[in-house]
Parts: sequence; C-alpha cells; structure tokens
Amino acid sequence: MPYALVSPYFILFAAFGLFPLAFTLYYSLYDYDLAGTTEWAGLDNYAALLADDDFWRAVVNTVAMFLIATVPQMLLALFLANALNKRFRFRLAIRMSVLLPLVTSVVAVAVVFTQLYARDWGLVNWILGAFGVENTNWRAERVPSWIAIATMVDWRWTGYNAIIFLAGMQTIPRDLYEAAAIDGASRRRQFWQITLPMLRPTMIFVVLNSTIGGLTLFSEPTTFYNGNVDGGSQGQFQTVAMFIVKQGFREFDYGYAAAAAWLLFLLILIGAAINFLFVRRIGGTK
Amino acid sequence: MTNWSPTILTRVMLGVAVFLSAFPLYWMLVIASRTNADAVSVPPPFLPGGNLGENIVAVLNNEDAKFLLGLTNSFIVATVVTVSVVIISTLAGFSFANLNFKGRNLLLVLVLLTMAVPLQQMGVVPLYRLMVSLEWTGTLKAVILPYLLNGFGVFLMTQYTRQAVPMELVEAARVDGAATLRIWWNVVLPAVRPGMAVLGINTFMLMWNDFMWPLIVLTPDNPTVQIAITSLNARFSTNYTLIFAGTALSIIPLIAVFVAFGRQIVGGLMEGAVKA
Repeated sequence: MPYALVSPYFILFAAFGLFPLAFTLYYSLYDYDLAGTTEWAGLDNYAALLADDDFWRAVVNTVAMFLIATVPQMLLALFLANALNKRFRFRLAIRMSVLLPLVTSVVAVAVVFTQLYARDWGLVNWILGAFGVENTNWRAERVPSWIAIATMVDWRWTGYNAIIFLAGMQTIPRDLYEAAAIDGASRRRQFWQITLPMLRPTMIFVVLNSTIGGLTLFSEPTTFYNGNVDGGSQGQFQTVAMFIVKQGFREFDYGYAAAAAWLLFLLILIGAAINFLFVRRIGGTK
Repeated sequence: MTNWSPTILTRVMLGVAVFLSAFPLYWMLVIASRTNADAVSVPPPFLPGGNLGENIVAVLNNEDAKFLLGLTNSFIVATVVTVSVVIISTLAGFSFANLNFKGRNLLLVLVLLTMAVPLQQMGVVPLYRLMVSLEWTGTLKAVILPYLLNGFGVFLMTQYTRQAVPMELVEAARVDGAATLRIWWNVVLPAVRPGMAVLGINTFMLMWNDFMWPLIVLTPDNPTVQIAITSLNARFSTNYTLIFAGTALSIIPLIAVFVAFGRQIVGGLMEGAVKA
C-alpha cells in the first residue's frame, strides 16, 4: 500500500523528471539541423559552446545580474527581517505588504518596471534628472540594463527573503540576547555576534534558493525586451536560460540547446558550492 | 522587553519597505486609469485618472489579445495543477511520514534531489519534443502535465504530516481495523489541512505566474494570461494604458487570494522555512 501512495509522484518523476534529463544528455551529443536530420556529434556541441562568444556573453550577463541583484538583496533582507522582528502595531499588515511583490505576476511587474525605466518619460530618469543626472537609456547599455533587471528581481524577492530570515530569527532563544545584554553587548554587536551566526541554516536555504532562481533568470529580462529572448539589440541582457530557448526554439538547434542546458546546470552547481562555502564562513566562530 | 521596541530608524525602514513594495502596483493602477498621452508626459502623472473602466473594457474587447481566454486558461491550468499537486503530495507525504516500507529513506532523498534540479529549464528541449510527438503543443495539457511533478509539495507535506499526525494515532486507527486509505481520509486529511492550504496557495501562485514553458509550448491564439500580456506588449507596445489595464487584470485574482489568506500565507511561509 505505501508504494501505491507514493507511486503517482514517482511515475510523474520518471515521465517529467528523469526522461527530460536523460534525453537532454542524449540530445546534447547529437547534431540537429533544420531539415530534421541528426548526426552523432560526441562532445562537439560542448566544445562549440565553450568557444561561442554569445554563450559566454550570456554567462557573464547572468552571473553579473545575479551578483548585482543578490548581494544588496541579502543585506536588505537581513536588516528588514531584523526590523520586522521588533514589536510594533499592524504587524500582520506590514508583513503582508512586504510579501505583496511575491504574489504579483512577474510579467506584469516587468512591464511596469520597463515603463518606469523608459528613457524619455520614465519616472526613474525623471527623479535622477532632478539631481542633474542625464537621461539614461536603461535598455540599450549593458550595465544599466543589468541594474534595471536586478531591481525587478530584488523588488520581488527581498520581502520574501526577509520573512524567511524573520522565521529563522524567531527560533533563536531570547536568553542568548538577555545574557549578551547583561554582558554589556550593544544591540548592533548582538546582531553580528548572535543573530547572524545563528541564522546560518536559514541563510543556506535562502542563498541556495536565490542561486537557482538567479542563474535561471528568464521572465524579467525577456519581458524587458517585449517578450523577445535576444536580450537587447546586442544581447546585453540575454541570460543563459534565454540563450537556451533561443537556440532550441528559434534556431531549432536542439543539440546545442541541450548542451547549453547541461552547462547551465554545471554553473548552478558551481554557484551553489561557492555560496555554501561562503555562508559557512559567515559569522566566523560559533 | 523594552529592548525589542523599534527605534526611529526601524520605523523609517519599515515605512520605506512598505512604500517600495506597494509603489509599482500603485503605479500600475495610475497608468491603467489614464490616457496614453498622460503615460508619456513629463513629469509623470502621480494620481489615478478616470479611465480605468474604459481601458479594461478595451483590453477585454481586443480581439488580438485574447485576454479573457488567457485569464480563463490560467485559471484552468492553475486550478488543475493545484488540486492534483495537493492530492499527490498529501498521499505521498502520509506514506513517507506515517508508514514503514522498504526503500523509504532512499525515495525521500530522491524527492529532495528533484527539488534541487531546475527541471523546467534543464529538460525544456525533450519536454517540447515530447509534446510535439503527442501533438499536444498549443494545448493546456502540455502546460499542466510537467508541473504535476512537484518535489517541494511532497517534501512539505511529509514534514507537515510528521508533526501533525503522530504515529500512535495512525497505529490506534489500525488496531481499530481501519484500512490505510480510510486512515488517510479520516485521520490524516483533517489534521494536515493547514499544510494543504499553504501548498495549494503556493502552487496556484506559481502556476498563475509561470512564463517560460507556456511561452515555448503555447501559441498566442490559446494563451495563458502571462502570454496574453506578452503579446499585448509586443503588438501594441506604445498603447500603455491597454497594456497596463491588462497587467492590472492579471494580478487581481492573486491579490484577492492574498488578501483572503494573508495570515495563512505569512504563517505558512514562516513555518515552512524553519522546518525545511
């Protein structure tokens, strides 16, 4: 009987988990062309990708946007969680409002931000203009486009991560803080010496989540270019996920796209490993 | 407890966070209720105008956008996936948490591993070819089926059942002669209802927002709401009020769910985070 109860999941797993993974590997070893003929290619697709400037540009874009988005986001989420952990009125309402971005649709939000970042009439340029900054073409230039997309990601996820951090903070025993206060530790010191190290398990969860989400980024940059996976006229904000979709579903080079999918997976593993090592060191001694 | 009362800085920070979270949505409403001339004026308009109803009617009546169809399709997809995922996960969670069987731990590890692999991005090529050979491209089936696989759901329900349904309860029911499915229905289901609600709300929101796979496997003729917005955006790129009225329509169902279940969503998220 137990097997019957878990079987629906594992049947689905075979059909929509194992099968696509195995076949992605299989496809990646073949050369497909538009006429539909296939030819054994060995590791040629991988070799070609590693020599493909477009692929590397997508990798750089993805990693850069991931870093620009994640580093400030983690810091902000931590401080926000710390603030949310205080006593104040309208607690639930405030917690709900910081989660509001999460429940709005990604595409809708990207549309709104794209308008906010419009060159000639966007609100962002108008505000910057008040400080004497000339209008930026957020979509045309590489670094500005990364920043614009990173803010969309951060808007969506900072509140969510803050709530997760908050949950972690509430599991920290209060007597730790009381003991520290008696020893004369300032509140700032308590945050760095108690809160941060005790949050490590939560942080691993949040950082892994952000790594997977950030390195597979697709919706925001695609919508930023009106639903086109080119990622701008020069591919300046094309991510690896967009590159895969372009190769697979516009160029119909299935083998190439499949190989790129495996390299993306490798990138995620590397990213997860680096983050894991980094988080392990946070807070130093425990 | 004076130590826990907020400082001025904390209050300011919370205020800014609430403002920034709400602002883009407010902005959506401002543009959606204005005219196209207002949308591109400098300085930008800061207050809502009076054209919201008009703009929404224009979106719904736009033949090319198929917006109503998109809303309906998204509703079907999200509902079917949510109901199926909740049932599959509850059954598997009960099994993993309360029943002993050979290979249980190994299977549970397998579930955890599937959570770590971004299958939607990784397996997109074979999944698409599969849908082509089944002649399912352009249909909702193609969107629904791959998402029935949800490792997070099984994991969440396993954790939840472990804590909500003690083994003794299951064993007592068994001594009374209840069959396994009966125990699931009479003992487990009532106890894990809050966990099911969290999983259900979560799944519904994820499905409503899903973008990459529907963009690949559907056509603009039979879109989900996200695809409908994308085609609006591509075809009428300068008709801001039309696009913004569409985006506003697309988030209304989500906001409604959120307002209705806000307490459970916040509570569930926080509980899930600590247990995971």
